[in-house]
Amino acid sequence: MAVRPLTGNYAVAWGARLSRVKVVAAYPITPQTTIVEKLAQFIESGEMDAKMIRVESEHSALAATFGAAAGGVRAFTATSSHGLMYMHEMLWWTAGARIPVVMAVATRTMGPPWNIWTDHSDIMGQRDTGWLVMMAEHNQEVLDMTIQMFKITEDPRVFLPGIVGLDAFILSHTTEPVDIPEQELVDSFLPPRRQPYVFKAGDPLIMGNIPSSLEENMKMRWDIHRSMEEAKKVIQKVDAEWERLTGRGYGGLTECYRCSDAQYLVAGIGAWVGDMREAVDYLREEFGVKIGVLKVRFVRPFPREDILKWASSVKAIAVFDRSVSPGSAGPLFLDIAAHLMASGTMLPIKDLLAGLTGVDVTYEDIANALLRFVSEVEEMGTVKQPIEWYFGR
Amino acid sequence: MIEIRFHGRGGQGAVTAANILVMAAYKVGLWGQAFPFFGAERRGAPVKAFARLSKSRVRVRSMIRHPDVVVVLDPKLPEIVDVYSGIKDGGTVVMNTPGKFKGPKGLRYYLVNATKIALDHGLVLAGWPLVNTAILGALARAIDLPIEAVKKAITEYLGPKVGPKNAEAAEQAFREVVIVE
Repeated sequence: MAVRPLTGNYAVAWGARLSRVKVVAAYPITPQTTIVEKLAQFIESGEMDAKMIRVESEHSALAATFGAAAGGVRAFTATSSHGLMYMHEMLWWTAGARIPVVMAVATRTMGPPWNIWTDHSDIMGQRDTGWLVMMAEHNQEVLDMTIQMFKITEDPRVFLPGIVGLDAFILSHTTEPVDIPEQELVDSFLPPRRQPYVFKAGDPLIMGNIPSSLEENMKMRWDIHRSMEEAKKVIQKVDAEWERLTGRGYGGLTECYRCSDAQYLVAGIGAWVGDMREAVDYLREEFGVKIGVLKVRFVRPFPREDILKWASSVKAIAVFDRSVSPGSAGPLFLDIAAHLMASGTMLPIKDLLAGLTGVDVTYEDIANALLRFVSEVEEMGTVKQPIEWYFGR
Repeated sequence: MIEIRFHGRGGQGAVTAANILVMAAYKVGLWGQAFPFFGAERRGAPVKAFARLSKSRVRVRSMIRHPDVVVVLDPKLPEIVDVYSGIKDGGTVVMNTPGKFKGPKGLRYYLVNATKIALDHGLVLAGWPLVNTAILGALARAIDLPIEAVKKAITEYLGPKVGPKNAEAAEQAFREVVIVE
């Protein structure tokens, strides 16, 4: 294995290369990232035995990726923000066809105005499509999860496509040391491609027509839901296996940092979980606050059981959301609150909407907001404002 | 943890310098993180890049607001950009300058004529002297990073064709840097 300084984008490209992806389809213009540029270099130099299909839009990029995957090969694409929105329809078709595909999303905010910075508006808008959705904290996790995602999505218990999310710029363009596994190791980890059926040239069939039975159609939706539930076990198993091979495991669906004695939790997804770790260390050392970080790795399937377990011994939870459903609240907060309440776990929970549209958030910002949250709960047993916009100090 | 901010112009290689720094740091057991500030990515426009070096994995991801070290690749930049913005008291400035230089009091200056060193080694691209590797040599001196690690990182990053002369430029800058308190 070799450690090299890699951006998050290059970490994704390495992950796709090591997974022996055979087809990459992409729209090469903004908002595309250097993920596809690097893959094009790998293919051009012969380091990667794959075909690059340049298409005229992101909608076609996923259509081509889906088509290649339906034809029986590992296929990959990547996009971001408005490109992902343009693809949105095809996300439904791919998941509904139960064809495993892996896509990387460098998460960026949505316009208007045109804005290149990170938030989670684009990726959180894909929660209902039937794709597995995960968010990485650092570039090593980006590379490892690109490989893991092929194994997870191609498991017969899952057979759904999956997204590896990485925060734009703060991961996608940030360089840090990344251990690139040997090809032999990845080959021993990834089985040959599996999928529910293969489209063959010369053997035409029609798919996706008006259903003859709406009940059967509804059962297809139900089946996606059940496979998502099954995927939870697969994610745990695949992560444990990766840990045995590389020494790097991520806790499966969630990781809880300094949670064994925690009275409070702060929950989040993506790169700023690192800043949350720093904030929690600071609050423990300087203020004696017993608080831990609940890193939610998978948004879909939602790790309900893990969250109930971690929440069972704490007084209150703060959730940082980097996207919002206007007129309701942040999507991570809504999921956590709903599943806690539905299971009868009643505790104060606060949504902190921060870092939207790319506003820079420091660990001091996080620590400040958490300190106010903790003192409110200590004084009143509840939070004054369950949904709060945090614009910085 | 050391926090570093690079000021350069689009096309001068400030981002490359920050990336090579991460590689050099890793060779001596330090964790590094480097990232550009995006926005105006035009060639010639003022650009910024950031780097953090630490004994353990760097977890924070926010912009660097109070750098320990500021690296200036273009001697004219301080006239149009506040390169000292937020720098810590007693902080370090690594400056590419053709001669004497006077900046604010209370900072430690590492002065080097990186442009001349780059030209001496034939490091020119599209008419521009490539000062980024020479300035890395001066930076290595300022933050006590072994020059051998920097040279190795430069050669690996830039490849066998242009790597060695860039590494020589870094070494020359490391030797010639003038420290002014």
